[in-house]
Amino acid sequence: MAEVRLPTVVVRGGLVVGAAGTARADVLVEAGTVVALGPGLDVPRGATVLDAGGCLVGPGLVDLHAHLREPGHEEAETVETGSRAAAIGGYSAVVAMANTDPPTDCAAAVRAVADLAKRALVEVAVAGAITKGRAGERLAPLAEMAALGVRLFSDDGRGVEHAGLMRRALEYARPLGVLLAQHCEDEDLVAGGVMHEGAWSSRLGLPGQPALAEESMLARDLDLVRLTGAPMHFLHLSTARSVDLLRQARAEGLPVTAEATPHHLTLTDAEVAGFDPLYRVNPPLRPAADVAAVRAGLLDGTIDAVATDHAPHPHDAKELPFDQAPPGMTGLETALSVAYSALCLGPGEEAPGWLGTEAALRHAGVADLFRLMSTRPAAISGLDEKSGHGGPLAPGAAGHVCVFDPNERWRVVAGAGASRSDNTPFAGKELAGRVRHTVVAGEPVVVEGKAQR
Amino acid sequence: MSRPGLLSVAELGRDRIVDLLHLADSFAEVAARPIPKVPALRGRTVATVFFESSTRTRLSFEAAAKRLSADTMTFAAATSSVTKGESLRDTVETIDAMGVDAMVVRHASAGVPARVAGWVQAAVVNAGDGEHEHPTQALVDCFTLREALASRAGGEPADDLKGLRIAIVGDVRHSRVARSDVLAFGALGAEVVLVGPPTLLPPSTEGWGVAVGHDLDAVLGEVDVVYLLRIQAERLREAFLPSLEEYSERFGLTRARARRLPEELVVMHPGPMVRGVEIDAVVAESARSLVTRQVHNGVAVRMAVLFHLLSASVPDGPGGTSAASAPGLPGDGAGAAPREGDRG
Repeated sequence: MAEVRLPTVVVRGGLVVGAAGTARADVLVEAGTVVALGPGLDVPRGATVLDAGGCLVGPGLVDLHAHLREPGHEEAETVETGSRAAAIGGYSAVVAMANTDPPTDCAAAVRAVADLAKRALVEVAVAGAITKGRAGERLAPLAEMAALGVRLFSDDGRGVEHAGLMRRALEYARPLGVLLAQHCEDEDLVAGGVMHEGAWSSRLGLPGQPALAEESMLARDLDLVRLTGAPMHFLHLSTARSVDLLRQARAEGLPVTAEATPHHLTLTDAEVAGFDPLYRVNPPLRPAADVAAVRAGLLDGTIDAVATDHAPHPHDAKELPFDQAPPGMTGLETALSVAYSALCLGPGEEAPGWLGTEAALRHAGVADLFRLMSTRPAAISGLDEKSGHGGPLAPGAAGHVCVFDPNERWRVVAGAGASRSDNTPFAGKELAGRVRHTVVAGEPVVVEGKAQR
Repeated sequence: MSRPGLLSVAELGRDRIVDLLHLADSFAEVAARPIPKVPALRGRTVATVFFESSTRTRLSFEAAAKRLSADTMTFAAATSSVTKGESLRDTVETIDAMGVDAMVVRHASAGVPARVAGWVQAAVVNAGDGEHEHPTQALVDCFTLREALASRAGGEPADDLKGLRIAIVGDVRHSRVARSDVLAFGALGAEVVLVGPPTLLPPSTEGWGVAVGHDLDAVLGEVDVVYLLRIQAERLREAFLPSLEEYSERFGLTRARARRLPEELVVMHPGPMVRGVEIDAVVAESARSLVTRQVHNGVAVRMAVLFHLLSASVPDGPGGTSAASAPGLPGDGAGAAPREGDRG
């Protein structure tokens, strides 16, 4: 992040979200650190006051999974534009995935992205690739990258197909104190499938990929974790059986964590009926039973985090025929609103119509929401210890703050956001709740929904 | 958004299918005249926009448009700016900007006609998209079956296919024709059974309203119609099949199998046929084969579709048709094209 002179900031009049619940309090941030918390704090002379009346005030969000596309695909996104989108979405930190061009598979490539990140509006942690060139053939220099502070490694966009290589990667990584993250997708079972294999793919005549393509690699890797004792993180789990497998593994005490995306907890494969490639994504959108299982997994703690898998693509690419268009959806600017709409609206609060009427499933508290989107992802990525992300907001904590207005209802407009790309699957849909301010290390980077630089 | 077109049989429903078949009856009479042409769509322009090669479908749409006196434009991807990297959207918007009333679109990818319909003003007719649908072929097949039933019974064609038992045999999984036929045959009341090895059947037939079988010989005694689908050699590489010989042995309509069939059972195929694989050459040429009728009827049925979609906006010109002022569906008499005054 750029060097900026840090103002004194008072977040005034909101409900501060803590592990135990919410409390009405102002938050005073000085020189990047929370120095006081309480109702009716005095505003120091010259302080920037951020009005949080009617809002929830929580720790800045942490995204475990963003594709910022730079270097190599600046037409879709840059570190700067992606970080602006993240800030608008309430994030104070994101993990930038390794599938840039060239990929971040060595110290020099990691350094290049880390340099770009100095201009970012939020903290950008660079993920390293597990294998050289993300080709799944040879190990990337994990220790060399770990020495630069890389904590999370993934070939995301692609799974590590060879079981033997994945085993070696886990063994090699274990003493380095880093975390390998798997994109579970058995290419052989995918066999060219471009959506979930089932009733919809059969009807639409699009080649499907079975849920098993995800589940079989997950099952294999859980066995490898058992064999090696190395911890592992699972990206964007999307099926009921994946959630079950993970639940069993956690009960067994295996050192595993997992994430799910906002789109997999809200959208089904029926969206593909219009053949709009906005709805092409990997893993693919699943049937309603899987969506319900992913929500349940988030609510019962089986899945640790909501992560965006923000995957910008240029507009032209999403006007290709469905089977030729690249998979991926943007997500940074809508994630918190989508998760809140899907998980947190209580009895008597009307959910946006497109989400359906499964009210029984929407019973997460806002504390759960910040656990899923800040505290747990900060811990998994190591961004808690590294730079104080994940809260809780208390005197002495780092000044990363997300101010969210749960009462605002808004309609997503494609192309109106800060991301360079407009491939949001939520375009035209109504969402409940919107980020109002974001403070990153004491700097108000978003005020009243507007990025400040 | 474009004006209403025809993207899927699912849009039609039983009544509109029947209306279109009635309309096609009228156009079939036109085809039998010495000068098989009517001025019904004079002044309208129909573009065939084919991103994938085709013989019979493109030609029959062009013949249909010409017999309706529409102007025609032909776009073929192989000779177009697509080879210079022009995008799909730019290509169809360019054609649309030239002022076409209908765009007949074929593409190797499922869903392209539906996407194009969102970008252009013209009515979009799906002429086959990937493995999704081929709605006009399904209408042709319904028309041909009605015709065959009527000639057997010696009367006017019935509206429905009620009570008819139809086996669709072969690579249903990869067949756009099968998807449209299942919808159309089902809408008209026929019973459909899909037959093939599980690898060539769709992963799910939930909501299709069909039975599924894997033993052709067990099914043959139970059906009135055998609809054969083409088997492509590339299915061997993808491990859908061990060999064409084994396929032919189990699911091909061989001469030996055909000999055991009841005389009145009819055989259909959307073409192009691979003789010796899914169908024996002699069976394909036999009296029970409707293959030639399917090709023949393609023009009249596509005339019906184009007329149905475009007639409401035809301006009254010299020798123009009264269909211009007929609201709603043609085919109820008032709007049908081949009326006395319309002879060109």
